[in-house]
Amino acid sequence: MKSPMQRILLTGFTVILAVFFVTPLLWFVFAPFNPQASLSVTIPQSPSLANFEEVLSNEMAMRGLLQNSVIIGIGTMVGTSLIAALAAYGISRGTLPGRKILTYVLILFSSVVSGTASMVPIFKLIYDLGLIDTHIGVILVMIGGSIPSAIFIMQDFVESVPRSYEEAAMVAGASPLQIFRDVTFPVMRPGVLVVGIWVLVGAWGSFLTPFILLRNIKLMPASVTFFLFYDLESGMPQIRLISAYAVLYTIPVLLLYLLINWRYGFRFFGGIKQ
Amino acid sequence: MASIEIRNLRKTFGKVVAVNEVSLSMTDGEFVALLGPSGCGKTTTLRMISGLEMPDSGSIHINGKDVTSLPPRSRDVAMVFQDYALYPHMTILDNIGYPLKVRGAPHNELKEQVTSVANNLQIGGLLARRPGQLSGGQQQRVAVARAVVHHAQVFLFDEPLSNLDAKLRLEARAFLKHLQREVGITAVYVTHDQAEAMALADKIVVMKDGSIMQAGTPLEIYRHPVNTFVASFIGNPPMNLLPCEINGGSIYVQTGDSPQAMSAAGLRLPAALAKGSQFTLGVRPEHIRVLTEPAADSIKGTLYVTQTLGGEALVIVRVGEQLITIRLFEDEAPPLPNEVYLSFDADHLFFFGPDGQVLR
Repeated sequence: MKSPMQRILLTGFTVILAVFFVTPLLWFVFAPFNPQASLSVTIPQSPSLANFEEVLSNEMAMRGLLQNSVIIGIGTMVGTSLIAALAAYGISRGTLPGRKILTYVLILFSSVVSGTASMVPIFKLIYDLGLIDTHIGVILVMIGGSIPSAIFIMQDFVESVPRSYEEAAMVAGASPLQIFRDVTFPVMRPGVLVVGIWVLVGAWGSFLTPFILLRNIKLMPASVTFFLFYDLESGMPQIRLISAYAVLYTIPVLLLYLLINWRYGFRFFGGIKQ
Repeated sequence: MASIEIRNLRKTFGKVVAVNEVSLSMTDGEFVALLGPSGCGKTTTLRMISGLEMPDSGSIHINGKDVTSLPPRSRDVAMVFQDYALYPHMTILDNIGYPLKVRGAPHNELKEQVTSVANNLQIGGLLARRPGQLSGGQQQRVAVARAVVHHAQVFLFDEPLSNLDAKLRLEARAFLKHLQREVGITAVYVTHDQAEAMALADKIVVMKDGSIMQAGTPLEIYRHPVNTFVASFIGNPPMNLLPCEINGGSIYVQTGDSPQAMSAAGLRLPAALAKGSQFTLGVRPEHIRVLTEPAADSIKGTLYVTQTLGGEALVIVRVGEQLITIRLFEDEAPPLPNEVYLSFDADHLFFFGPDGQVLR
């Protein structure tokens, strides 16, 4: 049993910790509805939707959120899921010697060489490919960045699929395409879904890659178009608009999480529920 | 229904020879069990018949047609896997109907056939469920139903009962045997359980280290094992094997430091057994009598333990350094003194040469 003093200290510490983490969230709840929002947490005197109206009428900001972010996010998600699913399947089922090491080498490289450090060579590469200022360039770089971890996660799912599933389908008379469509892919689906959502959320929140590779404001995703809400003359951030835009920016990811959680439940590294 | 002809089949994995020059023929409607310890090549042989493994050399003919290099789907075989391999994302109906679906059967016809097979196997009420909601015994029946549904020529079973508990296993054994009789299929059945092989098969093929040791009917193999491996693998408890030497009119049992003499009079010794030679004497636990007084043809031992199994009892006696098991068909082992004498039934003795092969 702890002494009362110890319990007071422990509770006090917990409260301080909780306040530290909850305060920004409180700000995030109140500021968007406060026409006089600042960086301090204040309950709005006359709450209104004026901030949202102003953000929604900003054509470039909305194009960034509803078009560019969606294109980049979905593109990265589909590309990564497809490549990682096939790669993980090949690595897990193939017979090439040393194939298991490959994933670890990729993971090692991708974590040792951080995205920021490799930005100059990546910029040069995309420039030489003529893909600067295109969505495809951004998507390719993001796919490249997420592939190692995606394969790693996916491999676990593939390996939890018993080989006898595929063999039973083979003996039953299925062609390789039928086996993948009817048996392997459905059983792997939770893995593809987990990787897909994880990649989408990562791409949605990515700032540096699109910021560096895109020039035209019409192509920039929402993570970058936040700068539209900086006052051009003073260079000061317009906190009330940024907070409203941040709410809009968060909603799709939250909805996606809730949808997946309701439909499938998140089962990382759990493999297949029999 | 089909006959299967296997000639000189060989398969290696790296440096390991899994199957070595196996030749085997099965007639129409025969139930053949491949029996052996793990790693003997029985499953690899089965997988080569199914087409899941390709042999390094040799050939496989089904109904006279060379299928050696054909993929599984062109062989018209059905297989039941050890883990059943039921698809967790499909209902039982879709699981059983999958072989029909990939062959392009219309949905109503598929449903009709699956329902009829499922009813026959007493799983008709489970069609809407998923494999995860079924017991082990039910899953096993679903796996069998999936194999039955597309009327393949050959059935392949890869240890289908090893994941069931003892009671269910006996039930499933009877059910499989009945099914095979009813459908009249040619079946190849892999198992490491000799009782299962004895109960189910028309023909048992005993394998060891990738080679066939002996093939024959269960009784042939039980009555005339060709070597010590087959002799000790078939029968439960296994046959007792005693190192011996024959000299003059006596057999010397060499289980310890001092050999024990036993009269050879009245024994039908094989012609190949030369005077003064070493051999192995084989005797099944049910063919030994336990005496409390010495006799001319008995050897002395000390009582080690008795086991009551209900319906039968086992007496285990230490002779020299070896334990000998005796099986008595009585509910309870009789009270025995510490020192007992064993007498072997002269009509049921086996003689094996130093190389382990039976002497005739």
